[in-house]
Amino acid sequence: MPIDIDMAEIAQLFIEESMEGLDIMESGLLNLDLGDANSETMNAIFRAAHSIKGGGATFGFTEISEFAHHLETLLDEMRQGERPVTRDGVDLMLQSVDCIRDMINSLSSGEVDTTRAEELEIQLEKMLNSETCVNTAQQDISTSIGADEGRAVTTAPESGWDIRFKPHPGMLKSCNDPLRILKELEQLGEIDVCSEGGTDLILGDFDPEECLLSWRVTLNGDAVRSQIEEVFAWVTDECDFAIEPIGGDAEIQKQDLAVKSASEETPANSGKETNTKKASPPRKAVKSSTSKQEGGSIRVNIDKVDALINLVGELVITQSMLSRFNGDFDFTQIEGLREGLSQLSRNTRELQESVMAIRMLPISFAFSRFPRLVRDTGNALDKKFELRLLGESTELDKTVLEKIGDPLVHLVRNSLDHGLETPEVRLAAGKPETGVLELNAYHEGGSIVIQVIDDGAGINKDKVLQKARERGLVGPDETLSDDRINNLIFVPGFSTVDEVSDLSGRGVGMDVVRRNIADLGGDVSVQSETGIGSTFTIRLPLTLAILDGQLIRVGKQSYIISLVSIVETIQTTTDKVNAIAGKFELFKLREEYLPVLRLHELLGIEADSTRIDDGLLVVAEANGQRIGIFVDDLLEQQQVVIKSLEANYRQMQGISGATILGDGTVALILDVPGMIRLFFEQNSDAGTVSDVA
Amino acid sequence: MQSVLAVDDSASIRGLVTHVLKSAGFDVVLAEDGYEALEYARDNSVDLVLTDINMPNLDGIGLIKELRALPHYRFVPMLVLTTESGHEKKMEGKAAGATGWIVKPFDPEQLVSTISKVIS
Repeated sequence: MPIDIDMAEIAQLFIEESMEGLDIMESGLLNLDLGDANSETMNAIFRAAHSIKGGGATFGFTEISEFAHHLETLLDEMRQGERPVTRDGVDLMLQSVDCIRDMINSLSSGEVDTTRAEELEIQLEKMLNSETCVNTAQQDISTSIGADEGRAVTTAPESGWDIRFKPHPGMLKSCNDPLRILKELEQLGEIDVCSEGGTDLILGDFDPEECLLSWRVTLNGDAVRSQIEEVFAWVTDECDFAIEPIGGDAEIQKQDLAVKSASEETPANSGKETNTKKASPPRKAVKSSTSKQEGGSIRVNIDKVDALINLVGELVITQSMLSRFNGDFDFTQIEGLREGLSQLSRNTRELQESVMAIRMLPISFAFSRFPRLVRDTGNALDKKFELRLLGESTELDKTVLEKIGDPLVHLVRNSLDHGLETPEVRLAAGKPETGVLELNAYHEGGSIVIQVIDDGAGINKDKVLQKARERGLVGPDETLSDDRINNLIFVPGFSTVDEVSDLSGRGVGMDVVRRNIADLGGDVSVQSETGIGSTFTIRLPLTLAILDGQLIRVGKQSYIISLVSIVETIQTTTDKVNAIAGKFELFKLREEYLPVLRLHELLGIEADSTRIDDGLLVVAEANGQRIGIFVDDLLEQQQVVIKSLEANYRQMQGISGATILGDGTVALILDVPGMIRLFFEQNSDAGTVSDVA
Repeated sequence: MQSVLAVDDSASIRGLVTHVLKSAGFDVVLAEDGYEALEYARDNSVDLVLTDINMPNLDGIGLIKELRALPHYRFVPMLVLTTESGHEKKMEGKAAGATGWIVKPFDPEQLVSTISKVIS
């Protein structure tokens, strides 16, 4: 660490470190087995609280330090097995963790609000004062009384002090130098030292590591007794010493004895303690795997950076290889050129993957908040939950990760609130009383899949269908597959907050969840079985920066459609397309009628042909809605780098961005969900597809 | 230049200690816990050890005991820098072979003066 590091930077380090410590405490407290205090978890929690207290005090954040002190005391008692770990205790400590976190967060603004801390302090003290271990408390008091008595004399005598100092032979071995003590006494005033011991020393016949001398010191000046005792404080049990005022009286000597007896008592105790401590097994470190998740910067594994540097090295080699063809080129060299280009394309791909990997973070960042949330919700609803996290190390893009948090919370809350039943209901249904909520993340193709699975009551399809009919989302005589009924909960307007109470199923703001996920280029769907449970599946692109696209052509223009949203591409004939008067066209794809979106009409450009027979229909799906996009031709599939249209031009409905193609032209990337929305808005009098299909 | 082996599991305390000691002209070697310190100490000598008590893996008391068992650390001063101020804990540290005790929060000047005193 460089020497000129600013103190503010070190304090910042303390803040980051404390935040990590708080995370350790929180997850530790959540994992704490009730009644099993002497576990490694307990030690890790204690250490974190201890560090916050120590650091807080050192860096001048006294409010935090003092508050952490209370917490630490409680934790220590639990750790030592003097106090049982109770649910109330854990709750209180979790609240304290939140409180410290708030206090640390408010440090940057300069104003630390201590009202909450004071309230919690009272509660902590209350808990500390209840059924505390009596033994230790008494012991503490007796020692402190003894010490206080000894320090009773604080005034300096007129004529100075007469000090006798006889180190025990082993004093040197603990690296305590008698000379240092004499030097310290010298700082208290004028001293006169006279060596007393060593008379029976025979040269060559003693252990040079032993201290065999003793001294008598006369100290003049206005030093008080406590100052002198301070000098000897560390060596009280390694030497005999007596401090007497010159011409002192008997009373003071009695107090000297009190000091001695108090200090003699303790080494025996501490010896015992040392032995018991020794017997405990070595602790395994619970290292924090969490790194900071701040807006502007990112922590990157050094391996990833090394891989990147390595690849750049290879790229340089390829470049120099290709530069050979710069000057006189003849066709005998074509093989070499081809080889170089293929190497370049490999380098580019690997470089791209490596750069992407830097932005990748494990989903555990998003999952980490759920143990707490599940616990708190369980307490609030009087339900019992078990949370299982799977695939926590699955990596995804940092931006996606940050934005998926809220929709996930929404889904989890929804499952806890509406999906999982109360213990009574579960038992009556023959299920275990604890409901299981599982969060699972894994990679599948170019996407990441996150599932929220509960073993609750499932979606009540009858009620959902009834509601959908009331709202006019489904025709009165229409029959829908179970899957489509379940997914109705995501349809905008299906349910509003006001209707939560009369809907035992799901549906609160689910359209918002779907929209948020769609904004990330992803999709969400649900499978549910009555009485067995529900599974919400979120599918997201691994990154927002690069897209697997299908290049399509309309007239002279090229556009890109995300491959993820394309279901299939078909050629159809005019006779399979029915135009509904005043509404849009529908074509029959197997058993389903799908609307036709004529891209040239929507975008207002000229197409090669407007006849269905001449072009192709790209069947795309978004938010559970399928549509046939009429285009002139399909071109190649390729990965494209997404450039923001908003940043370079302005936001446009139905267009999610732009990219630069290999020939240098700009192609717009079509936003399929947005386009479908736009399409239905323009044909609003047609109602929804469900009505006509 | 005299060297100090500073052991603390808190990065901020390590940062502060380094800052203070380097400014005072000491050479500072850092370790995050007792084991790391012990690993270093087996093959290297320093003029003073400054250690925290509460650390994962091997705590400060354990570290001092282990170090005292090493021939080249028998006479090296070892100071404890900790929030622990209890008498019993101090005695435990002493029994292990600690030379002195500094209680956090520490005053940088006091830290330097104490170290200068015992390092002689």
